[in-house]
Amino acid sequence: MHKHYVIAAAVVLAGGFGSLALAKETSFETVQKGKYLTQAADCVACHTVENGKPFAGGRAIETPFGTIYSANITPDRETGIGAWSDDEFYRAMHQGIGPDGTRLYPAFPYPYFTKMTREDVLAVRAYLNTIPAVNNRRPDPKLTWPLGYRALMRGWNWVFFQEGTFKQNSEKSAEWNRGAYLVEGPGHCGACHTPKNTLGGDKRSNALEGNQIQHWFAPKLDNDRQNGLGTWSVDEIAEYLKTGRNRHSGATGLMGEVVANSTSKLDDADLHAIAVYLKDVTAVTPEKAIQPEQAQMDAGKAIFADSCAACHQSDGKGVPHMFPPLAANANAQSSDPTSVMRVILEGARTVATDARPTPSSMPAYGWKLSDAEIAAVATYVRNSWGNAANAVTPAQVKSLRGALHATTQ
Amino acid sequence: MAPHNISRRNILSAGLAVGSASALAHLPSDAKTIAGEMPWAPGVANAPQSVTPGGYQFLSTNEAAFIDAAISRLIPEDELGPGAREAGVTTFIDRQLAGSFGAAETWYMQGPWGGGSKSQGYQTRLTPAQLYRAAIKAIDEHCHATFSGKSFAELQPEQQDQILTGLEKGEIKLKGAEAVTFFETFLQNTIEGFFSDPIYGGNREMVGWKLIGFPGARYDYRPYVAKHGEKLNLPPVGIKGRAEWTPRS
Amino acid sequence: MARKLPSADVVLVGFGWTGAILGQELTDAGLQVVAIERGSWRDTPTDFAVTFAQDELRYYWRRALFQQPARETLTFRNNATETALPMRRLGSFLPGTGVGGAGIHWNGMTFRFLPSDFIAKSHNTQRYGADAVPADMTIQDWGVTYDELEPYYDKFEYLCGIAGKAGNIKGKIQDGGNPFEGARSRDYPTPPMDMVYGPTLFAAAAKELGHRPFPGPSANMSRAYTNPLGVQLAPCTYCGFCEKYGCGNYSKASAQTTILPVLLRKDNFELRTESEVTKINLDSSGKRAVSVTYVDAQGQEYEQPAELIILCAYQLHNVRLMLLSGIGMPYDSASGVGVVGKNYGYQITSSVDVFFDDKFINPFIGAGSLGMVVDEFNGDNFDHTGLGFIGGGYIAGWNTNGRPIETHRTPQGTPRWGAKWKRAVAENYLKSFSISTHGAVMSHRTNALDLDPTYRDILGRPLMRMTFDFTDNEHRMSDYLTDRAAEIAKAMQPREMKVTKRTGSYSIVPYQTTHNTGGAIMGTDPKSSAINRYLQSWDVPNVFVMGSTAFPQNPGYNPTGTVGALAYWAADAIKTQYMKNPGPLVQA
Repeated sequence: MHKHYVIAAAVVLAGGFGSLALAKETSFETVQKGKYLTQAADCVACHTVENGKPFAGGRAIETPFGTIYSANITPDRETGIGAWSDDEFYRAMHQGIGPDGTRLYPAFPYPYFTKMTREDVLAVRAYLNTIPAVNNRRPDPKLTWPLGYRALMRGWNWVFFQEGTFKQNSEKSAEWNRGAYLVEGPGHCGACHTPKNTLGGDKRSNALEGNQIQHWFAPKLDNDRQNGLGTWSVDEIAEYLKTGRNRHSGATGLMGEVVANSTSKLDDADLHAIAVYLKDVTAVTPEKAIQPEQAQMDAGKAIFADSCAACHQSDGKGVPHMFPPLAANANAQSSDPTSVMRVILEGARTVATDARPTPSSMPAYGWKLSDAEIAAVATYVRNSWGNAANAVTPAQVKSLRGALHATTQ
Repeated sequence: MAPHNISRRNILSAGLAVGSASALAHLPSDAKTIAGEMPWAPGVANAPQSVTPGGYQFLSTNEAAFIDAAISRLIPEDELGPGAREAGVTTFIDRQLAGSFGAAETWYMQGPWGGGSKSQGYQTRLTPAQLYRAAIKAIDEHCHATFSGKSFAELQPEQQDQILTGLEKGEIKLKGAEAVTFFETFLQNTIEGFFSDPIYGGNREMVGWKLIGFPGARYDYRPYVAKHGEKLNLPPVGIKGRAEWTPRS
Repeated sequence: MARKLPSADVVLVGFGWTGAILGQELTDAGLQVVAIERGSWRDTPTDFAVTFAQDELRYYWRRALFQQPARETLTFRNNATETALPMRRLGSFLPGTGVGGAGIHWNGMTFRFLPSDFIAKSHNTQRYGADAVPADMTIQDWGVTYDELEPYYDKFEYLCGIAGKAGNIKGKIQDGGNPFEGARSRDYPTPPMDMVYGPTLFAAAAKELGHRPFPGPSANMSRAYTNPLGVQLAPCTYCGFCEKYGCGNYSKASAQTTILPVLLRKDNFELRTESEVTKINLDSSGKRAVSVTYVDAQGQEYEQPAELIILCAYQLHNVRLMLLSGIGMPYDSASGVGVVGKNYGYQITSSVDVFFDDKFINPFIGAGSLGMVVDEFNGDNFDHTGLGFIGGGYIAGWNTNGRPIETHRTPQGTPRWGAKWKRAVAENYLKSFSISTHGAVMSHRTNALDLDPTYRDILGRPLMRMTFDFTDNEHRMSDYLTDRAAEIAKAMQPREMKVTKRTGSYSIVPYQTTHNTGGAIMGTDPKSSAINRYLQSWDVPNVFVMGSTAFPQNPGYNPTGTVGALAYWAADAIKTQYMKNPGPLVQA
């Protein structure tokens, strides 16, 4: 038997005047479902300024085209979405179009949210109606000319945007379909993990094959055994998303945030479904790596023994669930070595979750090792214990070092 | 229970923060009230400061000459290898005296002042910088008086040893400084300079470590734990590395 | 003018080992806990990372992690005929500061005291007669027994993942462990560390003499470990920069590596750093603490009210805070009246060096608690008849380090500098080893702490004054131990050996241990103790005092195991008794 709980009182307490525009009662289950989907979509990550009020927007999203500031999606009528109708909210999520016909920039990943069912989208809306309204007007975007003209998005959408709700694949299991829906829809994994073309659209034929974003490399999520998820089992993928680590790896940097805010809050069945789907992504074999130079390998070996083995062990096997193994490490063998270099330069902390609270951290080496030394040890790691990936050059390290220093919060 | 001020957990960690690889970068300014998670930021390392090589920041030419000569007697160059002077210990001492050690920044330097028993430890009101300055001056004056106008650096090795022994035993009285206090500090600093990490200016080329077979700033000896009684011949490495870290084209 | 803050349930003064334990236990019970720590936040990847932790000059000789005397120190004298003078530089002991306190840079030697240690007075009097405990030897029974503490020792050992071999499980003596230890309910959580060469030679020699050596119980991990809170530690890598240094790879138990990852995630816990508690404020009756006053790094004063105040600031600071705040009657050693400051204890140590021509000891492969231990001469494990002392200590072959400035052994008669010194160091560095003795200190009427009449800290408060010397009991006991150690050294068949007994007055200069104890001791009688068996102040029942402050005298083992056990014991009493019925837990 369904129970409908009238939550208008709670909505009023939350200060959301806009919520009174709801003509019908909203069930408790719908709001809870909306909250769950909001976590799956990790809305809070982009729509909240650091130390700011949740969902009040204004966070700077760096893109190759300039900076865009996220929208305020609290129920505030003036600066948030409190005055929007449900249809308007659905149109924004499904088509990337705002209430007055304004085109939204795909930094807001509507090309993924388009796949969400209307029912799910409205559940999200129902949840967003319950959060405290915050008056916060976001700054205007700072985009390289002429991208500041939103009308240009019409053209972009025409070429790159495929509107449409997720279609079940009848040849696959219900679980696979659920995983596909989560990954391709609210999870919007491809927004980070799919490579982009020069105009920032997904290279759809290379879906989930890895992508450089904000000076990280989001790794390949296909089934390749070398630099994809090939050596991870379904359970291990689910474990990683839930706890932030498994015996192969630990989530850090941007992915650490995703685990903390989003995937660690999903239920086990959904995590399993996501894993099932990902394990079905066809492997794209990487190009054969060029043999590294002996000089780099020799220097890298010495640096590794002196500076890295204390945690990662001389055989590269690490301490499972604590210090990731580097032997057979997919991330370390990514074609693009940005994450490898970054982690050496700045250190990294594995995300802490309730299940795995230890914030095991690698210290920063940027002050200790030169560009040539970092390039050597990265090359050594990428080519030892059975690993094979292209060498890293000092110039690549220097470039990333400069970019990180220049990045402002 | 009355509610009180607990800062809200940071929803978002500093994933997009600038990575500052500078040695003395600090954690976010919120560090004084900590709640919700362990503080951390990328690129932060309370790393040591290497000395800048070349010249002296504290010692005068005469003082450096004294130290060069004296440390050559404390740890001489011989058939076993370089001594303290060759290892750059004068530079080490210079940088220490120019810094917080020289200024006695961490010691309790409030009065009243007065001597006590040996058990009560150092009670000198001179900072190390002041102590070295006063003692070296007084020692050279003593040498001028005792050895026909020669300063310590101009004496024969046996005469220098005589002076050092006299200081060590407190048999030489110095004007403006306590001989034993100076000698003990000086000997300690010399050994420090000979065996500390090369980033501090001494132990050049890790000659001190090579003399004794100390492998330096390593962190993983697990492969050697079971090698009971074996001579391991591990080349030393400093905090800033060793020659093998540089790729040889 | 102090800014008054909203009240908290619990204030922890200081945030090292005991602060973390009490914080975790009391937040679990639903209390709102605020911890106030004088020093700064510290953690592994930023403050003692594998990239720079191996810095002998900075961390030991320049004392980078320790309390700075410029900030706070104490005055010292051997006896009341002298004027106490400031300890201007650290030497004999190295108190910690900052989050985690000395728990960051400890060795990790984690022992339990013997059952007889807890009843040292009645036990020794019974066995050896009343004369064995002269009137001025003011030792006392603790008021808590080993058996009562056993589950809490176990809890602390499992929190830390201590590596060891049990010697007595439920009364059954186990081969390879300490046959003298009190019965434990189960074995250690992890097996002993793999031994390096020096300790194995020591153990073989000890066995030849009929002793039963066992591996030192170690908080340096012998393997990867997940503790009952779900916090993970990694295996120790024998880096040799352990004691006096922070651990760079999560392999030494500390507040950071065992508790804080879980505690800091809780909504009902808050930590304030760089904030020094200057005083505990009492109400007009003097029987209830109402708040603490603290000052932040900018010099701003705050008043933090709380229902329950727990002193976790290390033995020395706990006693000083009690004296400055008027909690308990200060002790006067002339009359023997009063309790706060009495029965200050320490440790008496000595060593025997052995030198080989042909054995590479490789001392740099080390860890803080890596070694073999012999307990035949500790506590009352041996017959003291006719020896002229009570108590004892352990003899150990530890291999903690080969850091060259600190550890460059030279044979007897070597000059202290010059070519001969250089040669002796070069020839003996890799091929020498030390045996050490770690002895008890019995309390004495005149070994005490009070406030200095002359010297002040930077906030203008009087420094604490320490009056302490070893007595005949300690010297006789230590000489006896050293002789036994020399016998083992001889059985190692070195080329030569160097025996260094502890002679003369106690000096504040050479490092001995950071095992300061007593000053606000526990007991059964408020006339002779400052806190009851639950570490609760007799005078101010909403103040509890953690740490080795509680020890009525100091047995022959490192204190941290017992400090941890007592913290859990007190936390349990607070949770199960005090919270239900705040007030004195023991009727005087």
